[in-house]
Amino acid sequence: MALAVIVLFPSIIAVAVFIYGFIGWTFYISTVDWKSVVPDYTFVGLKNWTRLFGDRRFHADMWNLLRYAIGFMGQCMIIGFLLASLLDSKIKGEALFRTVFIFPFAVSGVVTGVAWRWLMQPTTGINLIFANIGLGWFQPTWFANIQHGIWAVSIAAAWQFTGYVMALYLAGLRGIPNELKEAAAIDGAGTFATYRYVIIPLLLPVTFTVIVLTGMNSIRVFDLVATIGGSGAGFAIDTLAFNMFQTTFSAYRWSLGATIGAVMMILAVFLVVPYLMSMQRESEQ
Amino acid sequence: MLKSSFNRRRFLQYSALGMGSALLAACAAPAAPGAAPAAPAAPAATGAGQLEIFSWWTSGGEVEALNALYEIFSAEYPDVEIVNAALAGGAGQGGNMKALLETRMMGGTPPDSFQVHLGRELIDSHVIADRMEPLDWLYEEEGWNDIFPADLIAIASHDGKPWSVPVNIHRSNVNWYRPSKLEAAGVAAVPTTWDEFFTAAEQLKAAGIPAVGIAGADPNFNGHYLECILLSTLGPEAYNGLFTGATSWGDAGVTEALEILNRMYDYTFEDFLSVTWGDITDRFAADEGAAMLIMGDWTHGVLMSMGFEDYRWAPSPGTAGHFMVLSDSFGLPKGAPHRDNAINFLRICGSQAGQDAFNPIKGSIPARTDPDLSKYDEYLLSAMEDFKSNILTPSIQHGAAAKQSFVLDYDLALNDLLANRNVAQVQELLVQAAEAAEFGA
Repeated sequence: MALAVIVLFPSIIAVAVFIYGFIGWTFYISTVDWKSVVPDYTFVGLKNWTRLFGDRRFHADMWNLLRYAIGFMGQCMIIGFLLASLLDSKIKGEALFRTVFIFPFAVSGVVTGVAWRWLMQPTTGINLIFANIGLGWFQPTWFANIQHGIWAVSIAAAWQFTGYVMALYLAGLRGIPNELKEAAAIDGAGTFATYRYVIIPLLLPVTFTVIVLTGMNSIRVFDLVATIGGSGAGFAIDTLAFNMFQTTFSAYRWSLGATIGAVMMILAVFLVVPYLMSMQRESEQ
Repeated sequence: MLKSSFNRRRFLQYSALGMGSALLAACAAPAAPGAAPAAPAAPAATGAGQLEIFSWWTSGGEVEALNALYEIFSAEYPDVEIVNAALAGGAGQGGNMKALLETRMMGGTPPDSFQVHLGRELIDSHVIADRMEPLDWLYEEEGWNDIFPADLIAIASHDGKPWSVPVNIHRSNVNWYRPSKLEAAGVAAVPTTWDEFFTAAEQLKAAGIPAVGIAGADPNFNGHYLECILLSTLGPEAYNGLFTGATSWGDAGVTEALEILNRMYDYTFEDFLSVTWGDITDRFAADEGAAMLIMGDWTHGVLMSMGFEDYRWAPSPGTAGHFMVLSDSFGLPKGAPHRDNAINFLRICGSQAGQDAFNPIKGSIPARTDPDLSKYDEYLLSAMEDFKSNILTPSIQHGAAAKQSFVLDYDLALNDLLANRNVAQVQELLVQAAEAAEFGA
């Protein structure tokens, strides 16, 4: 026991300083008046917090987060699950498809952003394809749309992440014993009923993991937005992370930037703590 | 069983402890040299080692112009290896580069010199944080006090000392226009007032030509347009007052300027919301491009490097006789690792040979008042003429007039205009931004 503590000591120190220490530091900075290149540690209480919560850009960011999370998580889960089920149905060339689908996950977010920015130009890319196949009336403006631009970003993000979600579901599907499916079949369940009453409930732990992973991704998305076009016209595609970057490094409002970071931290805690608690319960059982 | 291994266990425990503390000590060690102020090593071997220069010049004529400066440096100091650390603009003028620079400066590992807009951008970002060396002695040595215009040195100065060396002068308020497009719509002459501008815009719209190029995807682009419009609706004196508290941002002239900008969105590309600042010159020069583009005179350099010829220029509407000025400059950070090389580079930046090599390619005019006129083309000669005779005003968008936090707020307010097209609401945001910036305080 003593040995374990001593061996772990250096990493405990490192984690304490570099993770929890800096989280604490960020919260501390969010309560001081550091708003230029010269640090100012005058305590101002919740001034930065009230300012942030009254900020129009922050409101836009929160709405964008909500819509992005719905769009991104929805696409990842539905398409990822469909792909996994299809791959699990013993088709030919399964390994090839698996590789093809998961490949975008290996691409960096910056590359994804640039590629989709080109694909979603209003007059070329996807819209040109639509025009050429007789869908000239269907010409969305994608991320340039002031009301709905953020959905376009979620499409690009889902393109990248769906393959990974598919891999998670595939592993889950492979873990379901055949006996259960056979038993369901003997009891007269069709394909739909088997999925509805056997497979999907058994995959709940995987779904939970997927929600946490995609949720975390939604909160901190930065690279896609930065490469697709910054905050966009009227903050159409602005995110918390991008706002934090600009507030901190363009305007030197370190305290306000730290406040945004703290908000992101709190959002992440809401997502991760239930997950950790359920894992805890599972391992206890 | 435990007892038999007790000694070895003890040994392991102690050694783990030792290794742990050694690791911690090793972690702490590198902080020391970074924190030290790194006093300038005075007689270091001049003309050896490296020279690291930060800039956001990565495209077309910009790179060629910077390389022209490097060539002069390399010819004089052949043993110095130049490390060109250029990082493209990204979100905002030089946004990515500025963020990286900020990290380096805070971490105590500055580059040897870096590009920065002359004026508030350098002063508020780095001078008041005590990270720069004053350059008054270099100005003395090189005789720049008599060679650079006094107005310009005043913009570069803080506490009575200049802090960077201007390499060029750009003009922000230029209306680039395509005579063929104006003719096609039956517009007789380039507009000189906003009334004429919108009359022409109607004619162009009727002819199916976008009247003016606007990049809606970059909030900063609106910032550039608004500063040119503000100059016309307020006049130079009231415009300058915006940054001293003498003119309120709630002024009627600001309202009028916002209304003009708001109206312009109806006369531009249909897909302007997805056009970025980086695309705008290409979009202007394209066959289906716009008739006019209000943009700084770096556009001249870009159009030249594209081989495009169907364009002329005029002051943006309502600003004849006024020169909205911005200047790129290089400074000397404290603790520059190759300080002597950096100083030699600054000498070249301010020299006649350096400026006459850099500016004709960049499409800007030299900051010096004694250029070799034979090297400059028609536009640049006209700009030099205007620079001498016009009233100079500092650019907001390009860091000369106000600090960066204000520029960001200003751009974000205009981004709101694009979304809501509500002038009163945006003006309220601008008033708040001015309060936050404490103008005149």
